[in-house]
Amino acid sequence: MLNHGIIERSTPLMLLLILLSLIVGGSVQIIPLFKVESTIEPVSGVRPFTPLEQIGRNIYMREGCYNCHSQQVRPFRDEVDRYGHYSLAAEGVYEYPFLWGSKRTGPDLARVGGKYSNEWHAAHLRDPQSVLPASIMPAYAFLERPLDYGGFEAHMETLRFVGVPYTDEGIAAMEDDIIAQALPEVGDSGALRDRYAGAPLGPFTGNDEEITEMDALIAYLQVLGTMVDFSTFDPETMLQGQEIGR
Amino acid sequence: MSAQAATASADASPQTQPLTYADDAIRLFTLGTVAWAFIGMTAGVFIAAQLAFPWLNFHEWINFGRFRPVHTSGVILGFGGNALLATSFYVVQRTCQTRLFGPQWFHIAMFWSFQLVLLAAAASYLLGYTQSKEYAEPEWFFDIIITLWWVAYLVIFVGTLIRRKEPHIYVANWFFLAFILAVAMLHTVNNVSIPVSLLSAHSYSVYSGVQSAMIQWWYGHNMVGFFLTAGFIGIMYYFVPKQAERPIYSYRLSIVHFWALIFLYIWAGPHHLHYTALPDWAQTLGVVFSVMLWMPSWGGMVNGIMTLSGAWHKLRTDPIMRFLVVSVAFYGMSTFEGPLMSIKEVNALSHYTDWTVGHVHSGALGWVAFIAFGAVYYLVPRLWRRNLHSVALIEVHFWLASIGILLYITAMRVSGITQGLMWRTYDENGFLLYTFSDTVAMLSPYYITRLLGGILFVAGVVVMAYNIVRTITGPLVARTSSPAAAASPEAGLTPAE
Repeated sequence: MLNHGIIERSTPLMLLLILLSLIVGGSVQIIPLFKVESTIEPVSGVRPFTPLEQIGRNIYMREGCYNCHSQQVRPFRDEVDRYGHYSLAAEGVYEYPFLWGSKRTGPDLARVGGKYSNEWHAAHLRDPQSVLPASIMPAYAFLERPLDYGGFEAHMETLRFVGVPYTDEGIAAMEDDIIAQALPEVGDSGALRDRYAGAPLGPFTGNDEEITEMDALIAYLQVLGTMVDFSTFDPETMLQGQEIGR
Repeated sequence: MSAQAATASADASPQTQPLTYADDAIRLFTLGTVAWAFIGMTAGVFIAAQLAFPWLNFHEWINFGRFRPVHTSGVILGFGGNALLATSFYVVQRTCQTRLFGPQWFHIAMFWSFQLVLLAAAASYLLGYTQSKEYAEPEWFFDIIITLWWVAYLVIFVGTLIRRKEPHIYVANWFFLAFILAVAMLHTVNNVSIPVSLLSAHSYSVYSGVQSAMIQWWYGHNMVGFFLTAGFIGIMYYFVPKQAERPIYSYRLSIVHFWALIFLYIWAGPHHLHYTALPDWAQTLGVVFSVMLWMPSWGGMVNGIMTLSGAWHKLRTDPIMRFLVVSVAFYGMSTFEGPLMSIKEVNALSHYTDWTVGHVHSGALGWVAFIAFGAVYYLVPRLWRRNLHSVALIEVHFWLASIGILLYITAMRVSGITQGLMWRTYDENGFLLYTFSDTVAMLSPYYITRLLGGILFVAGVVVMAYNIVRTITGPLVARTSSPAAAASPEAGLTPAE
């Protein structure tokens, strides 16, 4: 205590000691997470988003959906009953960035994919209260406007740069894949599903004239939580044990 | 002030010519504080109203999802940021007995560029440009500008410290310095992203999934810890002793709680990610350090409140003192509740509910806003050399704000705990008793109560704005009798020990 005067009298010393104090905690918690084998379970099925799903994800971000919807099912009996299998780290590897959220003003969406029909989603997004009278969600009818996907190749290249394994072929087929997913009667959904296993197919909004922003958002919602093949998931193989149940 | 002569050793340093402070930008930042209190909190009232009355989401630009970051940025960066800039620039000059480093035009440019970036960032959220990281929403080009701006702030602050005439760096400046350094580190690391092209507003984070979650909440929690805590403790360490005209309660305590606080806070981020896919060891570290953090937090509270010992009567007579001390009391409550909510079993119930919202607002309204209001009321008469227009209106502000907070945090805690319990309720056959919709349907009365609390709080801000406008447009006080002159010796800042 008596020697604290030395620090108080020296700006550089105080600056240095503050920096040292600040660096320790973050380093210990963050750096080991990049040692992937101890952080992420080995499961199969997780694939990059299709171009349409990724655009839908961008719209989800743009509209700030994450402010009210979490995407992370906790390992509790009630959450597993309500939402489905608890979330795995592996499911987030192509999420740049994560959208786990912090508040459930609306329900968790981590496993919403495949739970409701495309028609339900379209009706719900147009007018949530018509489907769920108690809902306090805004209406998103305005998303039924033409989807602008021109130049999305550059987005896929950026995502590849940060770590998503898109192939040259997949990037070149961006437009084909969007059409095939939103309008499977028009496009080649076989080729799409060769590249992106189990991609949910349209029609998403009942509009077969043009692809809208709502198509992209529903494509994204319908893939959420559906990628992992849980027959390949064995909790015992995980190096980091999850607590299950309360 | 004369009562303090015995402890005011800082005054003893002889000055051959009177020191003039660079206060032009401080006046602007003080006004900015009041303006952003109104903007940010009115935005909060609006989104609170949207939750109670969903038809208020009538246009894509002002939907809840796009508007909420306007509220959070407006309050944290706009209101909090302007308050921190005004007070840190004010305090560092007085406690170092030197002028602010750099020319005045540069400080003023710092002010206007800050307001411009805040407004542009708010507009960008409404237009749909966001990184979607809470409290770090601005896109990559804003992040670069903010980084450069922050470096300039650091240079001004450290430059002033280096040129100080006092041998010791005063305790408030330790906290300001830690806040500036920590925010620089957090902002830089969390916002690393690759733009689609140099002409594209869109970028992709270089972190994904678990790593991105951990880095974001390391950032998010420590923005609370350093922006809204360490910085504001800096405010406490100057304005509480000045307004109380008493020395800081304990110098030793301030040393211990400073180093403990800045070392421990950084570890607490994972408590935002309990029971998620984040590895358990990280979650456990988050709990342990969050609980340990309780002690240095209360060290600060004790040091702030006990500074009043021997002057408790001021709580009754001086509404500015009351703002400051109630604020420190709220700090104590929030920093008790925080560690409690970081315990995994409690978090299992509280997380994702309004309880968290209530907790945040007891800190943001009770601690951050109250101490900033106290500092503004202290600063305005001294910066403009005018007498406060009305002390009675400060009383009005205090009670409007206090009742507002009470309604807000009570409503949110009741709604949060109720909803959390409903989510996990089973019927006798082993099925979930309530659909999600059921648990939303019961929220309305609480959301309306919260809205009412918010309106009262903003009404208090309007009263403050009126009082301050009347003060600075009032008659100039002659220098000899002005509070600024009376306050210029740094009486009361020398520790009692």
